[in-house]
Amino acid sequence: MKQAAHFNRHSVLAIYWFEMSRFRRTLWQSLVTPVITTVLYFVVFGAAIGPRMGDIDGVSYGAFIVPGLIMLTVFTESLNNASFGIHMPKFTGTIYELLSAPVSAFEVVFAYVGAAATKSVLIGLIILATASLFTPIDIQYPMSMAIYLVLVAIAFSLAGFIIGIWARGFEELQFIPMLIVTPLTFLGGVFYSIDILPGLWRTLSLFNPIVYLVSGFRWSFHGSGDVSIGVSLAVLTGFLTACLAIVWWIFRTGYRLKS
Amino acid sequence: MPPILSIERLNKTYASGLAALKNIDLEIRRGEIFALLGPNGAGKTTLISIVCGIVTPGTGRVRIDGHDIIEDYRAARAMVGLVPQELHTDMFETVWETVSFSRGLFGLAANPAHIEQVLRDLSLWDKRKAEVMTLSGGMKRRVLIAKALAHEPKVLFLDEPTAGVDVELRRDMWALVRKLRDTGVTIILTTHYIEEAEEMADRIGVIRRGELILVETKTELMKRLGKRQLALQLQEPLERIPEELAAWDLSLTDGGNILEYCFEAGQEHTEIPTLLRRLQDLGIEFKDLSTRQSSLEEIFVGLVSEREAAT
Ligand SMILES: Nc1ncnc2c1ncn2[C@@H]1O[C@H](COP(=O)(O)OP(=O)(O)OP(=O)(O)O)[C@@H](O)[C@H]1O
Ligand SMILES: [Mg+2]
Repeated sequence: MKQAAHFNRHSVLAIYWFEMSRFRRTLWQSLVTPVITTVLYFVVFGAAIGPRMGDIDGVSYGAFIVPGLIMLTVFTESLNNASFGIHMPKFTGTIYELLSAPVSAFEVVFAYVGAAATKSVLIGLIILATASLFTPIDIQYPMSMAIYLVLVAIAFSLAGFIIGIWARGFEELQFIPMLIVTPLTFLGGVFYSIDILPGLWRTLSLFNPIVYLVSGFRWSFHGSGDVSIGVSLAVLTGFLTACLAIVWWIFRTGYRLKS
Repeated sequence: MPPILSIERLNKTYASGLAALKNIDLEIRRGEIFALLGPNGAGKTTLISIVCGIVTPGTGRVRIDGHDIIEDYRAARAMVGLVPQELHTDMFETVWETVSFSRGLFGLAANPAHIEQVLRDLSLWDKRKAEVMTLSGGMKRRVLIAKALAHEPKVLFLDEPTAGVDVELRRDMWALVRKLRDTGVTIILTTHYIEEAEEMADRIGVIRRGELILVETKTELMKRLGKRQLALQLQEPLERIPEELAAWDLSLTDGGNILEYCFEAGQEHTEIPTLLRRLQDLGIEFKDLSTRQSSLEEIFVGLVSEREAAT
């Protein structure tokens, strides 16, 4: 296509700020909910259970769960924000405007996913700040932590975007995050190291992609994880690529966007 | 210069197998108001949706000012504004936000002065800070028009712009459409209100079951297909039309009480006096007489049902 090189800055910014203003309107809920949830986790796991758990990999239990908690929230926030962001126009019908606008598929995805990822990165940082009030946090590889946070937010926002287009109603919108991602995350080493699991369960856990994602993020904090950082990064990159491929296919075929 | 919109052999079959458009050929002239008429389900919205990029075309080719809507979609779409049939609006955004968003989405830098002008033209200025959700249906319709005008389109599609709109607002819209046309915007509208087409359109296209069965200027159409009718209220009912009157296209209605004479518009002066004289000769008296001209609506209904009968 002859306009492929052209990047429509105004269009992308229009969508991005439209999405961000939705966030701003609900700023209070958007920020308070993760803060309260984090406080609850710390009261239950950090203060009540933590002292009985002892250190894991030489890190106090409270500090150990911080990366996992951030990941847990970033997964769900990215999925929810991105899927809702694109599902709403489909639901209300305002998607007609997006489809009739002189924007490329890339620009649409860039703007929606960019906005959703921005929100989840912000929320991730807020959780980190909240957690640091409860337990001293020492980040060994801050650069790696930041890159990881951003990449995970982008990957899950892309996945959310796909879900938002795929879903035919609000039940389906909730389906994958609630029934697949949340359980996999809880079983994915957020609250424990999979090393403490008996053999079979440990092996099974290695089929859970979330284990790799949480592990890499934890490595950035503590310098150790369930799997090596290289493997973890490979899984993340693979997931990101798969999502990109699906999005590309959706726009090529107009799947559940155009008839 | 290429035509502002050219549609060549366009076909569309939905996944359900329904052939919504069959071999449509249509050229829209620069700066005209074109009315697309057709019964429910004829394919009007489908046609517009394909041109605007909302529905994927089947076979055929569509170009806007020479730009192919697929290969050169950016240039093509940047020229087009669409007001959809359904009231698809944002909810929590304000009127100002949603209209400004549309301008940005279509790739233009912000221009508050233009947005203000559009909102004023549509009597929305007082509502600019209201959430769209809180507006009435007619107001939402105006918001959709404002959104479509935010990026200063050269071609404007209005899909049933006045459905569910009161008389006053309808007049406002007609005035607005004329004003836009005066600034050089080409307007394509679909409507069920024939008077709207009669009032506004330069040319008319009639679509039925996915086929474009007629495209003509409005005046041509009214002249060619418009019938005039003389109705005579008789003193005494007639059983049948007398042999002597066979030269006229006459019919009896209302149990023989009314004698109707149909004639083509434009040649009325020659026949009526002779007919009346003839009736007098035959001793057929009438107590009242009236004439009327068929509206575009009747032409349209006649056209559609004629084709219906033929298939
Ligand atoms: N997304 C779709 N999938 C399948 N069939 C469709 C779809 N959209 C429209 N149709 C069918 O295509 C035909 C043309 O519909 P269209 O909406 O274009 O008609 P229309 O002329 O705009 O009618 P109306 O005057 O009621 O708005 C109808 O039979 C309709 O049921
Ligand atoms: Mg329609």
